[in-house]
Amino acid sequence: MRETLVIDQEGVDALIHTLTDRGYEVVGPTVRGQTILYDTITSTDDLPVGITDRQEAGTYRLETRDDGALFGYVVGPQSFRRYLTPPGNVFWKGVLTDDGFETVELPEPPRLAFFGARPCEVAAMQVQDEVYSAVGDPVYLGRRGRSFTVAVNCSEPAPTCFCDSLGTGPGVSNGYDIAMTEVVDGESHYFIAEAGTDEGSEVLALLPSRDPLDEELVHARRMVVRAAERMGRHLDTDGLKEVLYGNIENPYWDEIAKRCLSCTNCTLVCPTCFCSTVEDHLSLDGSEAERARPWDSCFTLDFSYVNGGPVRPSPGPRYRQWLTHKLASWQDQFGSIGCVGCGRCITWCPVGIDITKEAAAIRERDVRRVVVGASSAKEGTE
Amino acid sequence: MRPTARRILSVERELPDTYTLEIEPPGSDWSFLPGQYTMLYAFGIGEVPISISGDPSDATRIVQTIRAAGAVTDALVAKVPGDFVGLRGPYGTAWDTKAGEGRDVLIIAGGIGLAPVRPLVLDVLNHRDRYGNVTLLYGARSPRDLLFADQLQEWRGRFDLEVLITVDQAEQTWRGPVGVVTSLIGRSSFDPDAAVAYVCGPEVMMRFTIQELERKGFSDDRLYVSMERNMKCGIGLCGHCQLGRFFICKDGPVMTCAQMAGSCWIREV
Repeated sequence: MRETLVIDQEGVDALIHTLTDRGYEVVGPTVRGQTILYDTITSTDDLPVGITDRQEAGTYRLETRDDGALFGYVVGPQSFRRYLTPPGNVFWKGVLTDDGFETVELPEPPRLAFFGARPCEVAAMQVQDEVYSAVGDPVYLGRRGRSFTVAVNCSEPAPTCFCDSLGTGPGVSNGYDIAMTEVVDGESHYFIAEAGTDEGSEVLALLPSRDPLDEELVHARRMVVRAAERMGRHLDTDGLKEVLYGNIENPYWDEIAKRCLSCTNCTLVCPTCFCSTVEDHLSLDGSEAERARPWDSCFTLDFSYVNGGPVRPSPGPRYRQWLTHKLASWQDQFGSIGCVGCGRCITWCPVGIDITKEAAAIRERDVRRVVVGASSAKEGTE
Repeated sequence: MRPTARRILSVERELPDTYTLEIEPPGSDWSFLPGQYTMLYAFGIGEVPISISGDPSDATRIVQTIRAAGAVTDALVAKVPGDFVGLRGPYGTAWDTKAGEGRDVLIIAGGIGLAPVRPLVLDVLNHRDRYGNVTLLYGARSPRDLLFADQLQEWRGRFDLEVLITVDQAEQTWRGPVGVVTSLIGRSSFDPDAAVAYVCGPEVMMRFTIQELERKGFSDDRLYVSMERNMKCGIGLCGHCQLGRFFICKDGPVMTCAQMAGSCWIREV
């Protein structure tokens, strides 16, 4: 087992400085426009100190808290996906030559340190690792492979959180270089920091720290356990793939469609969504071309467009595609469910559509009849 | 997702909006299987999936038939010999010709859907002795819209290949059948308990064709279709082409109806 140490706020500052000194661009939570967004940080002053977020379906508000906590909030609308596959990232560049054109090598990706990553964020990156490894995508893998992760365990889940249902939180179990638990207990304010990799140990050793007391370790662990017990929402994943595959023709999808605005918010805030389109750019003289990847969403009409029209012109089938992909077909494609329970799609849906409620509603109205594209799905019950 | 620049050897107009490009292969070891496609890139304009329409035994050229239907395909068909095009691939699954060996083979195409099945017809004819009765059923909008008309004439002259053609509408000079391609199924000779069918065309045409073949007694593991979906990447990355758990760009385009278990015929899946 690797070392576990106690650091204070000065130690957290030293951690940010150490990572910066080692060549990382440290990306962490900051307050921007009354929202917690990720940005480059250089010290704990950049963090949303003493700020908390109040989240519910369709609601997000920042409020102050009086304990000076550095990580006293859950997740904002962005995930680190924004840094691993930046919207509009250029993945190919070419110049005209006498023999057609040739590929221009792209610059080295930045070394990023993901600071303050919640366990669901770490899990989301692991879900995306599978997606992008399957195709060997150099943009994602180039950035991810040289990144450093400082995870922060959760002790105060939002009402929209359901990571406990998916085993992705509230405590982080792997996929981090350093994991911290913030403890604010009356006068004492400290962080239990644990290394998860050799580089994590190396960095941790450079920080001002002390050994933890047994009761501090127990207290920190209990905070995470209590967070699991206070989880705001629940997603029943038992047999969910078969339920969803079997309910493609359930009329309830059209009921959801009456509320869904097809605004794409859920797909843009989702930390695992990976769909992208391609945009071609050409220099004015026509000699240089770039191919860029903006994020795309299965809620747009263009997304499924083939000559003659879109495959999914109605909002019901588009919502069905999104939810069925996340919770069912993702399992066949990448070996895990495509949801980490961060609750962002619930918070940021302008009409408060709730993935946990809709999945449960389909389960309640199970009209299993057709077995869709799933060799493992059970036969009909009609 | 790196295109390589390849020289265009020839451009031939097939129909007013449809052209066949012959492209220099990237190397002598470049090969494809019938039913596969490439991603063709017009520099600075965009990239599209185009099925390969040539003879799989001819390694000297990549033959691709393109209907001009947007900015990228317009740019591709405007190329002249000596111009360059960006190429990636081949991608996707192939028509399973092994499945048809020793059996009657039914190949059914609609409209531009003849392009992705031409390599299959040529491959079957290259190894004609491996198959039983071979039938090509082709439906087009009108006699003027018949793709590869010269080749269809030539194939019709063969004793070892039955070719039946229908059009949706025609002037009085047309002596052939008028109607949808499914109406030709009853006129062809095959053993429905053992034959293999390969179908490519608009989704609605495939749906009715499959229904008709199932009525005739085809089991869904002997029914092959080539699906069309929006594809930006060809490698299962962009997400656009999903149909159920499949990425049509890599798990397809050629699939059996057994694999899809009816999913492709549900509205807006």
